[in-house]
Amino acid sequence: MTWRPRLAEGTAPALVFLLLLLIGLAIVGPAYSEPAGYLALLKRAAPLMILAIGQYLVIVSGGFDLSVGALVTAGVVIAARLIDGDESAAAWVIPLVLGFGLLVGLVNGLITTKLLVPSFIVTLGMLLVLDGATFLWTGGAPRGALSEGFRMFGRGAAEVPLLGAVPWSVLILLAILVAAVLFMRGGTGRALVAVGDNEATVRLSGGQVDRLRLLAFALSGLLAAVAAILLGGFAGVSAQVGNGLEFRAITAVVLGGVLLGGGRGSVVAAAAGALSLESLFTLLNLLGVSGALKSAVQGVIIIVAVAYASLGGGVRQRLRLWPKQRNHVRPAQPASSS
Amino acid sequence: MSTLQENTVPARQRTTRAAVHRRLHPTVIVYLALVALLVVGSVLVGLRGEVLLDQNGILNILTRATALGLVAIGQTMVILTGSLDLSVAYLVGLTSLIAAQTMAGQDGMILPGVLLALAVAAGVGLVNGLVITVLKAHAFIATLGVALILRGYLEDNYTGPAGDVPRAFQHLGYDRIGPVPVAALLMLAVAALAWWYLTRTRPGYHMYAVGGDIEVARLSGVRTRRTIVTAHVLCSVAAGLAGIYLASRLGSGAPYVGTDAGYDLESIAAVVLGGTLLAGGRGGIAGTIGGVLILATLDTTFDALEVDPFFKDVVRGVVLVTAVALYARRMTANRAHGRLT
Repeated sequence: MTWRPRLAEGTAPALVFLLLLLIGLAIVGPAYSEPAGYLALLKRAAPLMILAIGQYLVIVSGGFDLSVGALVTAGVVIAARLIDGDESAAAWVIPLVLGFGLLVGLVNGLITTKLLVPSFIVTLGMLLVLDGATFLWTGGAPRGALSEGFRMFGRGAAEVPLLGAVPWSVLILLAILVAAVLFMRGGTGRALVAVGDNEATVRLSGGQVDRLRLLAFALSGLLAAVAAILLGGFAGVSAQVGNGLEFRAITAVVLGGVLLGGGRGSVVAAAAGALSLESLFTLLNLLGVSGALKSAVQGVIIIVAVAYASLGGGVRQRLRLWPKQRNHVRPAQPASSS
Repeated sequence: MSTLQENTVPARQRTTRAAVHRRLHPTVIVYLALVALLVVGSVLVGLRGEVLLDQNGILNILTRATALGLVAIGQTMVILTGSLDLSVAYLVGLTSLIAAQTMAGQDGMILPGVLLALAVAAGVGLVNGLVITVLKAHAFIATLGVALILRGYLEDNYTGPAGDVPRAFQHLGYDRIGPVPVAALLMLAVAALAWWYLTRTRPGYHMYAVGGDIEVARLSGVRTRRTIVTAHVLCSVAAGLAGIYLASRLGSGAPYVGTDAGYDLESIAAVVLGGTLLAGGRGGIAGTIGGVLILATLDTTFDALEVDPFFKDVVRGVVLVTAVALYARRMTANRAHGRLT
C-alpha cells in the first residue's frame, strides 16, 4: 500500500496561497529567515487557528457559529474576575472556562437542532446574550487580573527535546489539529461532512443528524474556550479581545476553501486559512500598509479567494447561494477529509 | 404574501390546514406580540408613575424605528431573495458622509447631496450583487468582503464626523406632525412602496421565487442573476436613505454611525423577528416593520425603566431566538419535515 496525500477539494489552492504568503514573509521580513520567526507567527496565529477548526466543524455540517467572538470575550472576562490575581485559582478556573464554552456550544446546538432555529440566528442571539451578560456581570468594564499560571498557556514556552523552547500555544494547537484530523477521518467526522452535504440522505440512511450537529456546536464552543485561554494569556484582559473574531474565523475557514453551507472542505485547509489570514496581516504590516487599509485589502482578498474557489469549482456549486438542504441531484463525491 | 404562501401549500393539505394556517400567520403574531409588549411595557412603566406612550414615548419609538426600519426594509428584500447583506452598516456611515460633505452647508446642494449618496449606495449594491452572481461568492462572504473594503476606506479617510448639513435639510430629521416624526412617515411610505413592489409586481414575485428555490426559479425562466442584483441594489439604496436620514439628524456625516448601532446584524434580526425566513422565499415587509417596532419599543421601555443597557442585549438575544423558534414550530406544523439550517 503506497500512501498518497489525500487532499480534499479546495485544499491545494489554500495551501499554495499560504505558501506564497510565507515566501513573501521570508522575502520582506528579516525575522522570517529563521524558524524562530515562523514559530512566533504560529504562536500569534494559534488562537485564530483553533477557532477556525471549531468553526470548520460547524460550517462543514451546514451551520454558522457567530457566537465564538463573544464567547472568547466572556471566557477571558470570567477568568479574570474569578482568578483576580490569585495564583492557585487557575487550576479550577481553566476547567470552568472550558466547561462554560462547552455549555454555550451545547445550548447553541440544542436550540438549533431541537427548536429548528437557523444556527445563524441562534448564535447571533447567543452573541447578544453573552455580550450583554458579560458586561452586566462585570458592570461595564472587565475587573480582576489573570494569574501567571493561567497566562502561561498563552505566552509561555515548554522545553521540548530536540526542538528547544516551543510555545505552549503551538503545542496545544498541534494537539488539537491532530485530534481534529483523526476525528474528521473517522466515521463521525465523515458523517458530519455528509450532514452538511445532504442532511436528508444522512437522516434516511440512519445517521444521527441532530446528534452530529450538536457535537459540532459543542466542540466549537469548547475550542472557543481554549482560544479564550490562549488569547487571555497572550493579550491580557480586555473587553475587546473577542471583537470580530467570529467573522475572522469564518473568513479563515472560507479562505481555506471550505464551502459555506457545508459538505465540502478539509479541516487542515481551514487551519491553513487561519494561518494565511494571520500571515497576511503580518505581511501587510511589514509592507507598511496603513492599519486602515488593511481591512480593505482583507476584503478584496477574501472575495477573490472565494470567487476563485467557486468559479474553479465549476457549475456544480453555482446554484448554491444559500444552504437550503434540498435534495439537489449531484454526482457522488468521495468526501475525503484531510 | 398570503396568496403566495397558500400556493406553496399542497392542495390536499390546504383543505385540512387552512384554518390553522391563517391563525398562525407570522405577520399577525408579530403585531400581536407588539401590542402585548406595548401593554406590558405601559403597565411596567405605569407602576413607576410614568407613561410609556405619551407624546415623548411615541416620538422616541418612531425615531428609533426610522433608521433601522429603512435598513431592514432593504434587508428584507435581500433575505427574501435568499441572500443577505452584511455591508449595510458601513454603507450607512459612508452615505451619511457623502451626503453631508456634498451639501457642505449650502441649501442649493441638498438635492445633489442626496442623489450622490443614493448613487454611491446603488453602486455598492451593484458590486454586492455582481460579486454574488458573477463571481459566485457566497453572499455572506461577498458582502462581508465589501463591508471590509468600505471599512478600510472609512478608516483611511475619516477620523470623525465630517461635512455639514444645511439647517433646511435638518427639518427632515426633526420635523413632526403631532407626535409622529415626518421621517417616520417617509420610512413607512418606503415600506409601503417596497410592500407593493414585492407583492404586486413581477420582479417582486421573482424575488420570492428565487429565494424559495433558485433552481426551480431558473428552470421556470426567471432571470435569477438579475433578480439577485436588483435586490442588492434596492437594499443598498434603502441603507443609503438611512444614511441620509441620520446625516440630517446629526447635522453632519459620521463614519461609524451605522456600525455603532450594529445595523448589519440588527437589521437581519429585525427581518427574522418579523417572520421572514432567513433562507429566503417567505415573509414580507409588514412583518419586518413589526419586528423593527418591537425592537424600538423594547429599547424605549428599557430606557424608561432605566434598565442596565447591557441587559437590553440579553433580552434582545432571547427575544430573537424565542421568536424564531416559535415560527419554526409553526412551520413544522405545516410541513412534514421542517428543515432549516
